Amino acid sequence: MSGFLLSWAATVPDYAAPLLIAALGLVICEKAGVLNLAPEGVMAVGAMTGALVVMGGQGPWTGLAVGALAGMALSLCFGLAVVVFRADQTLTGLATVAAGLGLSGLFGRDAVQKPFTGLPRFGETGWGADLPRLLGQQNAVIVLALVLMVAVGLWLGRSRAGLRLRAVGEDPAAADVAGVNVQRVQLLAIAASGLLGGLAGAYLSVVSAQVWVEGMIAGRGWIVVALVIFAGWRPGMVLVGALLFGGAEALMPRLQAVGVAFPVYIGAMLPYALTLVVFVVAMLRQRGADVAPAALGRVFLRQDRH
Amino acid sequence: MTPSDTSGRGRAPALLMRDIDKAFDGHPALTGAGFRLEYGHVHALVGENGAGKSTIMNVATAVYAADAGEVIVDGYGTALRTPAEALSAGLGMVHQHFRLVGRFTVAENVALALGGAGQPCSLSEAARRVREKAAELDFRLDPHARVERLSIAEQQRAEVLRVLLLGARILILDEPTAVLTAAEARALLALVRRLADEGRAVALVTHKLHEVAGYCDRVTIMRQGRTVLAAAEVAGADLNDFARLAVGELPDTPRPAPVTPGAPLLEIENLSVRRGDGSAAVEGLSLSLRAGEILGIAGVGGNGQPELVDCLSGLSPAVAGTVRLAGQEATRAPVRRRRRAGLAVIPADRSDSALIGGLPLAQNLALTGVWRGAFGPFWWLNKARMRRAAETAITERDIRGGGVATPAGLLSGGNAQKLLLARELGPGARVIVAHSPSRGLDLRATRAVHDALRQAVREGAACLLISEDLEEIMTLSNRIAVMNHGRLSAPMPVAEASAQALGALMAGHA
Repeated sequence: MSGFLLSWAATVPDYAAPLLIAALGLVICEKAGVLNLAPEGVMAVGAMTGALVVMGGQGPWTGLAVGALAGMALSLCFGLAVVVFRADQTLTGLATVAAGLGLSGLFGRDAVQKPFTGLPRFGETGWGADLPRLLGQQNAVIVLALVLMVAVGLWLGRSRAGLRLRAVGEDPAAADVAGVNVQRVQLLAIAASGLLGGLAGAYLSVVSAQVWVEGMIAGRGWIVVALVIFAGWRPGMVLVGALLFGGAEALMPRLQAVGVAFPVYIGAMLPYALTLVVFVVAMLRQRGADVAPAALGRVFLRQDRH
Repeated sequence: MTPSDTSGRGRAPALLMRDIDKAFDGHPALTGAGFRLEYGHVHALVGENGAGKSTIMNVATAVYAADAGEVIVDGYGTALRTPAEALSAGLGMVHQHFRLVGRFTVAENVALALGGAGQPCSLSEAARRVREKAAELDFRLDPHARVERLSIAEQQRAEVLRVLLLGARILILDEPTAVLTAAEARALLALVRRLADEGRAVALVTHKLHEVAGYCDRVTIMRQGRTVLAAAEVAGADLNDFARLAVGELPDTPRPAPVTPGAPLLEIENLSVRRGDGSAAVEGLSLSLRAGEILGIAGVGGNGQPELVDCLSGLSPAVAGTVRLAGQEATRAPVRRRRRAGLAVIPADRSDSALIGGLPLAQNLALTGVWRGAFGPFWWLNKARMRRAAETAITERDIRGGGVATPAGLLSGGNAQKLLLARELGPGARVIVAHSPSRGLDLRATRAVHDALRQAVREGAACLLISEDLEEIMTLSNRIAVMNHGRLSAPMPVAEASAQALGALMAGHA
């Protein structure tokens, strides 16, 4: 039993890291008042681009970086539509998901199911061979994700720029009067969420799976959207949520490994069923207390000069 | 800038506005209005709802652009295009709805605002300035308290403080005491007086004349978008003259004729209602209300009045007791059946729970009649009939500030309430539940509301009047009871009720 628990615990961070990274990006974006449903599409583009770059002979870090930039590019298209042209954020978000999935399928057509060597785990490197299993299974991006979480938390809560970003999400009119360029802040926030969403997607192909398969995001982008709400837009709680969902996801392969007969579809359903349960519980616990940024999803129009 | 730089009377006026015209969608709000404010003065701007007081102040701070006229600050006629430009010219306004981010702390709000003025400011720096300014003005304000957790009076202080920290030398307060208790209002007015004595110019928008007498140097009175009295000295003047100027000609209040009550229309027995959190709001309340009478329920707010209204309207369930409406058992009846039995409700918060701000006036008016079939069968709405009904109501009830297609949200408080009365007090109304029906209304609108209620009762309806305004209760009611901690005292005839007796009941020691 302890062996099972240990091997399960060792794989949880690998499942949780992409959720954590993408969710942190989404927190930044939604704290600036932009309702962003695009992560599923952004992550797909990031995963595909990262895989193509690594298969093209570049190193895994280059793959991760280019994947992140690709995610940012798609995210900026979303940003252009909702911030500059004031399109509906929900509909544009859904359209961005469809576009991202389509683009990744189109450009990744020839790369499907071709394994490659991605980022090594600590245990696979020369210096880390002697690490205990719990650490040896991890990799550098997981550490990066944790650093990122602390950084985002401090930046949002303590810095002047973070204050201005939160002001945009809470009360864009007040921020506007205070001289904050609302549209620029929102565009930058959307870019940041695209960067992190793309990185999370590239992590899935370049680090976790080390292969690209169409549809490999498999709803994780939606879990990220749910995760941010569950976490109440707080970076610390995002970590808790990511571990919870990552843990549920990691359970299935471990159960199969020890030979528990379990319908594979039920297992695959687990993270999503968990999403539902967690939501009901979270909402009951919050008792309708409103923790969302007050102006989330509201298009800001500077008051017309009467 | 320190206040002493700005004292110096005899200089150019702080703010001079001349011949201001401003119309919204063709309806004039200001016609040739003017305002002249000097440093060192508290200057009252008085008028009824919709007289244009807020509009002219919003023109001054460039929230609205005037159609015509000039605004001169400190003798310079520079055009101010945005509230931010007005602020850097020294014009700060404390609006009725505070411009503070509720989720932020006081210090965070100040840091945000100062950052925009080109002086980036850290949180600790902002907190220090808040503390210093608060100490200077002799009030307490925790810079690290979240704004939404503060009381309204504290939020208002935070807003005044923020505007001062931004360097305002000319301070405009839009009906600042409307949301305050008497003691809080006195404290604020004393603060305002002090700011003026230190050399700033303060414009105080109000419709309370005793505030003018107690704290102001000059008064400007507006009526229907025009300045009817410009910058008059307050000292030695007669308040009654001011009142006449603000209101115009007003007919005398008709005294209610003695009534012989008819059949009981609303019978409540042992009614108990709980709040959302499970605590008891109304406990064992019984009363009987008969046709042709007004039963007034006095009491300090928060003693179960909103819960009683919600329960009678059918919005929240009774945990015990019975309610009979016009002879029919209605304890658990849905809203629709209650309305069919003749229930009409005028809730305290008309914009939140009675009118739909985004819908045109005609549709708001038709809201309750639609499923009675008053505007055609269920599959076809007769819009022409709605329009006609609205036109009739607009003339009969004297609703100003919009036509049938104007969104109800654009009406001023008094006119919105007249619209609601037109809807609720139609021929079908038998039991009227009115909660603070004249809250926030000026004299004229209040009188219109009271006349409408009296009229409805004369025509055979019964009215349960729930109000915190003792004067309103005393002038309207035939019988009076007091609600305290969810319980109701025995109703007494108005002739036996004195303000002292009711006050004792309200305080809970009688």
